[in-house]
Amino acid sequence: MKKEWPLWEVFIRGQHGLNHRHVGSLHAPDAEMAIKNARDVYTRRKEGVSIWVVPSAQITASDPGSKDALFEPSVDKIYRHPSFYNIPDDVGKM
Amino acid sequence: MTEPGDKIANDVFFDWLLRRGDTALVLGHRVSEWCGHSPVLEEDIALANIALDLIGQARLWLSLAGEVEGKGRGENELAYLRDAWDFRNLLLAEQPNGDFGQTMMRQFLIDAYQSQLLKALATSADNRVAEIAVKAGKEVDYHLDRSADLVIRLGDGTSESRQRMQAALESLWPYSGEMFKGDAVDQAVVAAKIAPSPEGLRTEWLSTVDAVFTEATLSKPETDFAHTGGLTGRHTEHLGHILADMQFLQRAYPGATW
Repeated sequence: MKKEWPLWEVFIRGQHGLNHRHVGSLHAPDAEMAIKNARDVYTRRKEGVSIWVVPSAQITASDPGSKDALFEPSVDKIYRHPSFYNIPDDVGKM
Repeated sequence: MTEPGDKIANDVFFDWLLRRGDTALVLGHRVSEWCGHSPVLEEDIALANIALDLIGQARLWLSLAGEVEGKGRGENELAYLRDAWDFRNLLLAEQPNGDFGQTMMRQFLIDAYQSQLLKALATSADNRVAEIAVKAGKEVDYHLDRSADLVIRLGDGTSESRQRMQAALESLWPYSGEMFKGDAVDQAVVAAKIAPSPEGLRTEWLSTVDAVFTEATLSKPETDFAHTGGLTGRHTEHLGHILADMQFLQRAYPGATW
């Protein structure tokens, strides 16, 4: 039997209307305890109104080794930013 | 001010408030002893949070006690400058932490009681008591959720954790009866509609703990024997050691602040 509890990633919604944001990770034997632990570790200074926990093992991450192939090509393609349009004043803030 | 609590003699009300404040203070101090020593980091932070909640509750109760006493003593004087025989906490609160399971069992037995008491106090005829009870009630509901969950997990866990939880239950059970033994102080607060009678809380408390023990596969001891005395100032040998630790700074350097 594995002695170590599995790792969980913790996401907190700071206030109503905002997205849940990744705040860190912790160990817990199951999802219910992970929520309890997240409450105690990450919301003791009124950081949130909602908590999500996800088993870290369930997260698929991009390969750091293929960083160049994945992200470099977009560096010199500034035309993909919508900053070349004239926006009519009536539209207001985008 | 004509709060309904005024109908009761101040010294009696003071005594009753000390029971609330001292139980929270002593239990809070006990739980704080885990800080930096818990089995896992997450539990360390959780226990420190609970200790802080309890010490916060103690501050509210003891401030009100000082106000009711009317002799110019505040929360600090009451917490740091009284001797063991003047403390009115439940004996259960001062029992040693033991292993983690014993700490959880002690917490669960008290949380289940506090949760019911605070619910009843939320409708106290004394607004100051009701306000403290509403605030503390939310904290204690979470404490109970956590301690009940851990008692179940450890009781219905491995054979070793189960054996430790059963031993904890057997050693602490005789200290639980004190919570439900009323005396003249209780009769006075009941008459003033400040608080419910301790005896009346027992049935619901039993149904809470029975349900948890069943799920935790633990057997409740048969005995109804109850150690008493904490609420009237006769304590076990443990309280003096707690106070020596807790009060050292104020005793050695009177009035020290930072």
